[in-house]
Amino acid sequence: MTTVVAQRPKSLSDVVMNYCPGCTHGIIHRLVAEAIDALDARERTIGVASVGCSVFAYNYFECDMQQASHGRAPAVATGIKRVLPDRLVFTYQGDGDLASIGAAEIVHAAARGENITVIFVNNANYGMTGGQMAPTTLLGQKTTTTPLGRDPKTDGFPIRMAEMLATLQGPAYIARVSVHSPQAVKQAGDAIKKAFRLQAEGKGFTLIEVLSTCPTNWGLAPNQALKWLVENLIPFYPLGEFKKEEGGA
Amino acid sequence: MSEPKLMKGNEAIAEAAIQAGCRYFFGYPITPQNELPEYMARRLPEVGGVYLQAESEVSAINMVYGAAGAGGRVMTSSSSPGISLMQEGISYLAGAELPCVLVNIVRGGPGLGGIHAAQSDYFQATKGGGHGDYRLLVLAPGSVQETVDLLQEAFDLADKYRNPVMLLGDAVLGQMMEAVRLPRDLDEPLPPPPPPESKVWATTGAVNRSRNVINSLYIEPERLEKHNWHIQEKYRRMEAEEVRYEAVQVDDAGTVVVAYGTTARIARTAVDEARRQGLKAGLFRPISLYPFPYQALREAAGRARRVLVVEMSCGQMLDDVRLAVGERCPVEFYGRPGGNIPTPQEVLDRIAGKGGEAK
Amino acid sequence: MAGKVTFREERCKGCALCVEACPKGIIQLSKRFNAGGFNPAECVNEEACIACGFCARMCPDAVIEVHRVDR
Repeated sequence: MTTVVAQRPKSLSDVVMNYCPGCTHGIIHRLVAEAIDALDARERTIGVASVGCSVFAYNYFECDMQQASHGRAPAVATGIKRVLPDRLVFTYQGDGDLASIGAAEIVHAAARGENITVIFVNNANYGMTGGQMAPTTLLGQKTTTTPLGRDPKTDGFPIRMAEMLATLQGPAYIARVSVHSPQAVKQAGDAIKKAFRLQAEGKGFTLIEVLSTCPTNWGLAPNQALKWLVENLIPFYPLGEFKKEEGGA
Repeated sequence: MSEPKLMKGNEAIAEAAIQAGCRYFFGYPITPQNELPEYMARRLPEVGGVYLQAESEVSAINMVYGAAGAGGRVMTSSSSPGISLMQEGISYLAGAELPCVLVNIVRGGPGLGGIHAAQSDYFQATKGGGHGDYRLLVLAPGSVQETVDLLQEAFDLADKYRNPVMLLGDAVLGQMMEAVRLPRDLDEPLPPPPPPESKVWATTGAVNRSRNVINSLYIEPERLEKHNWHIQEKYRRMEAEEVRYEAVQVDDAGTVVVAYGTTARIARTAVDEARRQGLKAGLFRPISLYPFPYQALREAAGRARRVLVVEMSCGQMLDDVRLAVGERCPVEFYGRPGGNIPTPQEVLDRIAGKGGEAK
Repeated sequence: MAGKVTFREERCKGCALCVEACPKGIIQLSKRFNAGGFNPAECVNEEACIACGFCARMCPDAVIEVHRVDR
């Protein structure tokens, strides 16, 4: 007798994803698909892809998808959810998209307690455009636009989005997770499942920030990138739950 | 038809939209169109609709995108600076082929400009506005009643072509009160709008079908080109089927005045007065600004001695009139930008050949 | 109890995250190249597999399927 321990989730399209080898976007995609499958919700889920490396996410999920302009995914998701309040609506956004150009949209979607789930992938740089500084780039971190390292005097400070949004009354659940190890991936999957479940229960705005690697632009081998994440990102972006259900619209 | 009811333009637009089946409105306050969202905020919840005040026009237009993609009959309204902020989203709506109605109650510009009536957003409305090769179907009503009448059509045209339709008004049209007949009395129950699922392309959930995708990204040049030729084909169809205009006494006119919207009403007064004084003047009023009535205007100009374009701008529709008229006769211009409205006497003076060339 | 692990070799990008994740050290990158030009991962000692699924959990391209075989 055999039991399935791991297999491709039904909500993940059977196509090759455009991500670089070892980029953990793919893991996060799989976790989102597993969360949709866990609720048996593929047929009533609408996803919103953003702009950045995950721009092609509309090709990677087997549910209905919309592609949003840069930073506006929470507004697009709001429009969808207001027309179809009984469907599950999620956005999948990177750090440039969510924390920089789309800062207003994410803050106000959260403040409204918009009943959507936001998957926020933080890899501390603009991956798609070649590794420029992101709002989440660490102090001292070298990027193509901070060649000597991010200097707060000229480049400002990184933003902890999960903590910032957790100060609002609207959100029901905000957590930061990581995907640097099998255990971390399990916890990340649980948090994403919880966010989708809370949305299904009408609890309000949920956001999961996922620390992710960018081996190509960090200039590290995939396994080294995981190590760099643990040693550099987690100390500044601590994992945990920052808002738990007491809020919500 | 309802009994005649005295209504402010902005409120009449809102009610007419709801009667045309609009159930979703996303907007952001800006003068001189605030009565429109305010009316929506009161009335939409009564009919099971959704009014949402967005955090910006940028966000509002993207909520329109999401709602339109989800199969909702949706609109937004704003005024010039707000419409400028929406241009990125409008380009995406056109690229992703999403139907919606956009109302621009135009005020003076550039920049913050002023809050009084102007027609200086003509280029932006009719030539695309945002990036890429696209057009909006642009309708320019000349009265509150015509605004009401055009709204049902605007939503239907948006669905027919899967393209945004813009209603181009101005502060006078938005702010003035006129007697209007609505399709229904205000206390009459409204038929439920068609369900989102009736739009088979919409992202309503992939039940018993493969997934739907709303998108404007085509990374392979061949596919992008194919998509662009496809949307161009829609614009050619609009040009063939959706031209709207009104021609008043142009057949024997020596001077054909060309004006749209509020300015056309002023021009009409001037033309009528000119006739009383024995001057053979006529009025050609484009109602669809895109598609522009080139052919009909060309024919009218072919019989005329001269064409006089009057606008509340420094001359924007003028370019389209020149394209239509070509070398058939001289094209003259009279315009006042940014809040100052041409008077019938000023237009009459130009018809009579007084007051010199274009101001 | 043992595991059966299947790699969809043509989809593997050879990132080796599964190699590191395997507690038994039985996954390695093959010397072969797949059509994508990558050295795909493979299980070199399936007898030792405990069906923990860690490799699949770390795979960014969902190319690994793990079954537990109860004997």
